[in-house]
Amino acid sequence: MSDAPTKNRPDTAALKVIGTRPVRPDGVDKVTGRAAYGADFRAPGMLTGRVKRSPHAHARIVSIDTRKARALAGVKAIVTAADFPDLASQEYEAGESASNLRDLAMNVMARNKVLYQGHPVAAVAAVSASIAEAAVALIEVTYETLPHVIDVEAAMAPDAPLLHSHLFTEGVSPRPASPSNIAKRHLFVRGDVDAALAAAEVVIDRRYTTQAVHQGYIEPHACVAEMAADGQCQVWSSSQGQFMVRTYCAKVLGIEISDIRVTPAEIGGGFGGKTTVYLEPLALALSRQSGAPVKMVMTREEVFTATGPTSGSVMHVRLGATREGRITAADVELKFQAGAFPGSPAGAASMTAIACYDVADFRVVGWDVVTNSPKVAAYRAPGAPIAAFAVESAIEELAQQLGLDPIAIRRLNGVRDGMKAAYGPTFENIGFMETLDAIESHPHYKAPLGPNQGRGVAVGFWFNIGGESSAAVHLSEDGGAVVATGSPDIGGSRASMAMMAAEVLGLPVERVRPIVADTASIGFTGLTGGSRTTFATGMAVVQAAEKVIEELKRRAALIWDVPVETVTWEAGAAIGPLDPKGGARRLDLDTLAAQSGRTGGPISAEVSLNAQGAGPGFGAHICDVEVDPETGQVTVLRYTAAQDVGRAIHPSYVEGQVQGGVAQGVGWALNEEYVFDVDGRMENAGFLDYRVPVASDLPMIDAVLVEVPNPRHPFGAKGVGEVPIVPPLAAVANAVRAATGVRLDDLPLSPPKIRAALQKG
Amino acid sequence: MSKIHISATVNGDPVEFLTEAGVTLLDALRDELALTGSKEGCGSGDCGACSVILDGRLTCSCLILAAEAQGRRIETIEGMARGGELHPLQQKFLDHAALQCGFCTPGLLIAAKALLDANPDPTETETRYWLAGNLCRCTGYDKVIRAVMDAAAELRQVRAA
Amino acid sequence: MADLDYVAPASVAGAIEALAGGGAKVLAGGTDLLVQMRAGRVKPQRIVDLKRIPGLIGVRQENGGFVIGASTSGAELGEHAALIHAWPGVVEAVQLIGSTQVQGRASIGGNLCNASPAADSVPALVAARAICVVVGGQGRRELPVEAVVTAPGATVLAPDEFLLEIRLPPRAARASDAYLRQIPRTEMDIAVVGAGVSLTLDAAGVCSEAHVALGAVAPTVLLVEAAGAALIGTTLDDAALDALAQAAEAACRPISDKRGTAEYRTRIAGVLARRAAAIAYRRASERT
Repeated sequence: MSDAPTKNRPDTAALKVIGTRPVRPDGVDKVTGRAAYGADFRAPGMLTGRVKRSPHAHARIVSIDTRKARALAGVKAIVTAADFPDLASQEYEAGESASNLRDLAMNVMARNKVLYQGHPVAAVAAVSASIAEAAVALIEVTYETLPHVIDVEAAMAPDAPLLHSHLFTEGVSPRPASPSNIAKRHLFVRGDVDAALAAAEVVIDRRYTTQAVHQGYIEPHACVAEMAADGQCQVWSSSQGQFMVRTYCAKVLGIEISDIRVTPAEIGGGFGGKTTVYLEPLALALSRQSGAPVKMVMTREEVFTATGPTSGSVMHVRLGATREGRITAADVELKFQAGAFPGSPAGAASMTAIACYDVADFRVVGWDVVTNSPKVAAYRAPGAPIAAFAVESAIEELAQQLGLDPIAIRRLNGVRDGMKAAYGPTFENIGFMETLDAIESHPHYKAPLGPNQGRGVAVGFWFNIGGESSAAVHLSEDGGAVVATGSPDIGGSRASMAMMAAEVLGLPVERVRPIVADTASIGFTGLTGGSRTTFATGMAVVQAAEKVIEELKRRAALIWDVPVETVTWEAGAAIGPLDPKGGARRLDLDTLAAQSGRTGGPISAEVSLNAQGAGPGFGAHICDVEVDPETGQVTVLRYTAAQDVGRAIHPSYVEGQVQGGVAQGVGWALNEEYVFDVDGRMENAGFLDYRVPVASDLPMIDAVLVEVPNPRHPFGAKGVGEVPIVPPLAAVANAVRAATGVRLDDLPLSPPKIRAALQKG
Repeated sequence: MSKIHISATVNGDPVEFLTEAGVTLLDALRDELALTGSKEGCGSGDCGACSVILDGRLTCSCLILAAEAQGRRIETIEGMARGGELHPLQQKFLDHAALQCGFCTPGLLIAAKALLDANPDPTETETRYWLAGNLCRCTGYDKVIRAVMDAAAELRQVRAA
Repeated sequence: MADLDYVAPASVAGAIEALAGGGAKVLAGGTDLLVQMRAGRVKPQRIVDLKRIPGLIGVRQENGGFVIGASTSGAELGEHAALIHAWPGVVEAVQLIGSTQVQGRASIGGNLCNASPAADSVPALVAARAICVVVGGQGRRELPVEAVVTAPGATVLAPDEFLLEIRLPPRAARASDAYLRQIPRTEMDIAVVGAGVSLTLDAAGVCSEAHVALGAVAPTVLLVEAAGAALIGTTLDDAALDALAQAAEAACRPISDKRGTAEYRTRIAGVLARRAAAIAYRRASERT
């Protein structure tokens, strides 16, 4: 971490902007339809691009004949894998979305084999959409179909169809002699779990399963890209990181990073799913061939079949405990679908699985398994909700078996400051107990329930991350400020950036205009993801604002001709020593800015840093449901979610993060799932049958913000975006169990499944 | 093949454009009239991001052919604010932080306007069912519903005054 | 789509002529057709928009019954107080089709002619004993609703025929109907099962006529005569409702698919038939 100057930092008790709820700076654009998202951009002379995709879940590409398509009038470019370099295997770190560049390139455009239905095999650019679509239909691809495998345990079987002949399981020794679909084993062990289980007074032993689910952002992937004759590239696209797009495009195309300039469009939701590239390298390759800008926009069907869902899973949990409910042993095995290439969140899931609990002896094993389905992408607290579904369901069962209150058992076993986390570090300044207090004292917890109704409790954890960010603060000559960052604003981060800068500068927030800058206009900034932006980019903003204040003090000292050390900054103005006549010396920001031309020129500061010390986040949720015993229909009646957020910069948007995460988790619990037919083709690739929650499916969601400040952030902020999706899967399942007396261990809890379980008793 | 000439009224103004038989009203609004506030989230009428009001009825513009717009009256998000003044729904969405990414917001606002035009005093349940065709993946709908109910209350006061 | 044309005839004769060439698809609300065209499942050469033909949109009362123009949307039906009073089940069924946005466009005739076994309005119309008026090059014919659809996606309509209107018969003094469906969410889904029940009571509250129709449990919507018969002569006591549910389940020939298993569909058919019958009975009982 770069050493943060702290001397100009406002006393948190005296905060004027932080914690208030101003209208977001980009709000008017977004309620009037003016905000420009990925598909809203047009370039003069642009062509329309379309992708030819595999109809097969697994096949060898025998040949691709593009002659008829090329002959069609209006077709300007066609690319296949032959137009991209055949990359060597190379790991690339990009925050939460570490990628192997060879896999990335082969996911963007299939080479030799297609590994899932929807895998691109060619792309076309033409003067109109209808011509591009006709050209796609004219491309003749000959496939030799291969047996496919999607179920994770089937993919792990020794005789399973093999996706990659070069894949040898990592993380086991000795290295396997033969390739398999098991890409990696993650292992976290403390003590002797087998002995601890054998000695336990009570043992819970359960198997849990979940299906692949999609992030479900409403905006399909979209971009416009252009490569000029001199190789200089421009990309306008909707993503969670313009610098990520720049790097990945350069690598996939084999060109220089500095030859690409990426301008971030507004992003219509991402939730982790826009932390990689799909269309941008194709559009650039098509532009290189055609000499014209190329626009590409996915259909919803393409989004479902060809962009990252998160893993389906099979999980096995064994918990050992004393009769008093103290958990003494946890043995957790997580088998995760990775999709076509390695990289499931099995690792993060393994690290988070029992992170909420202090367990003496444990073994957590996570398996990353490739399958003939779209390569998974990050989805909000990647892996953690899946693991939490299993562990929180098992804890609930343990509590029930021992007659313990669900909050009491979590308090008895929950982590506190100073305890060593199961995944390694020692917890400091965490607010887990405080979130449990918050739900226990909430009226919801004691509210009466009616017939066929039940209440569930579950908790969740996410690391939160920091990382590389840049920010610039530019004063205008009238004393207002522009804050530029490299972090795309998905959920209101412009507001929090402006507020943090306004707080430091002593300006009303309306006088700070935040922008999200392109890759040529601000220093490198990692993805918006991992709940890092308010923390890390916010820290860069605060430090840049503090540098501006240092400069303002220097200017004031110059004007007064006093030593700079004698100047302080208070409430938006420089205060100097008394003048020789005993008069107060005060120069406000407007005055100093207006005189900047005569005192040394424009006042700006830019800070680039690698922020460390993001405080981990905890949440505790209560869910009430009613189950129709005849139809199996579940209605969510009431939901309360408490979360330690460190300090809420803009409480409304923090609440919104919590409410949105809960809604996604409820969808995951009740109805969302990828359904594949016998040939491995997705049967529900649309919002009709991939059922995300609609407004009438949900009650109001009470977000309770618990504030245990993070001392490593200037204002105490912790990441907030990911924790809220972790508990709901188990909270809903536990509520359904309470309502029906029947435990279901297989998500989603769709009506046919619940009815069948009720009939069985 | 020849193009179809369409004359219609969009946000109170007469417009003319050329289209082809298979083109949707959404594509015509976005590509011919440069009104990109209406969004395509699904193209199948399941997400509501393309909501417009056609002759007084809330509809999905992705499920209407541009050719059908001949002589019709269309209201889009771009016509919701009057001059520089936001519609009360727009203001309440801002006040309640009823948007995060903002992509579904134009469709939600148009749908909410159609609701309040038809029913000035909707219950929470009525509001939720009316808006069930507008998917929002960011907010969990809580603040959206609050904003609509609050705007309804304000509009009732304005009308009563 | 390059070879597609669009016509919006202003008369029945004009529409028949426009359809006569073949390769045409009728456009009413478009909420199915446009989705199918986009998915490439249908590739018409011509789209014939019926909505500019007088009478295709609207409801009129005739000889004690109702005549509904085939292109009338759910939203319009939901604003017709007399229709809602007489046929609440038909109106509630039509109003379950899709979102508010879809309601503004999707037509009662389109819901039928799209020929989905899960169409929400169809069980209610079948239970209502509605009659379809079809026009075409060979003239005009009338047929019961359940005779229109022959299989998923297939109807008896000739290429130059289209559905002009749907006629609902006059209603007895104490008669009503109801429609219920099961979906996984609260809105926006295709019915996993749908059940329409229409019944007539005598002065003593005894059921004198009853019709039960089920959706999404067979290739086409089923009129389950045995289920209706189970109610006749009863006051819908538990024994009658049990018999109704059993008859409904016995008639089911469902498939298992992404929306539900055959077993689930069969059981839910009984549950919904029973619940819908109880609602229809209550509605009819409240009439004098």
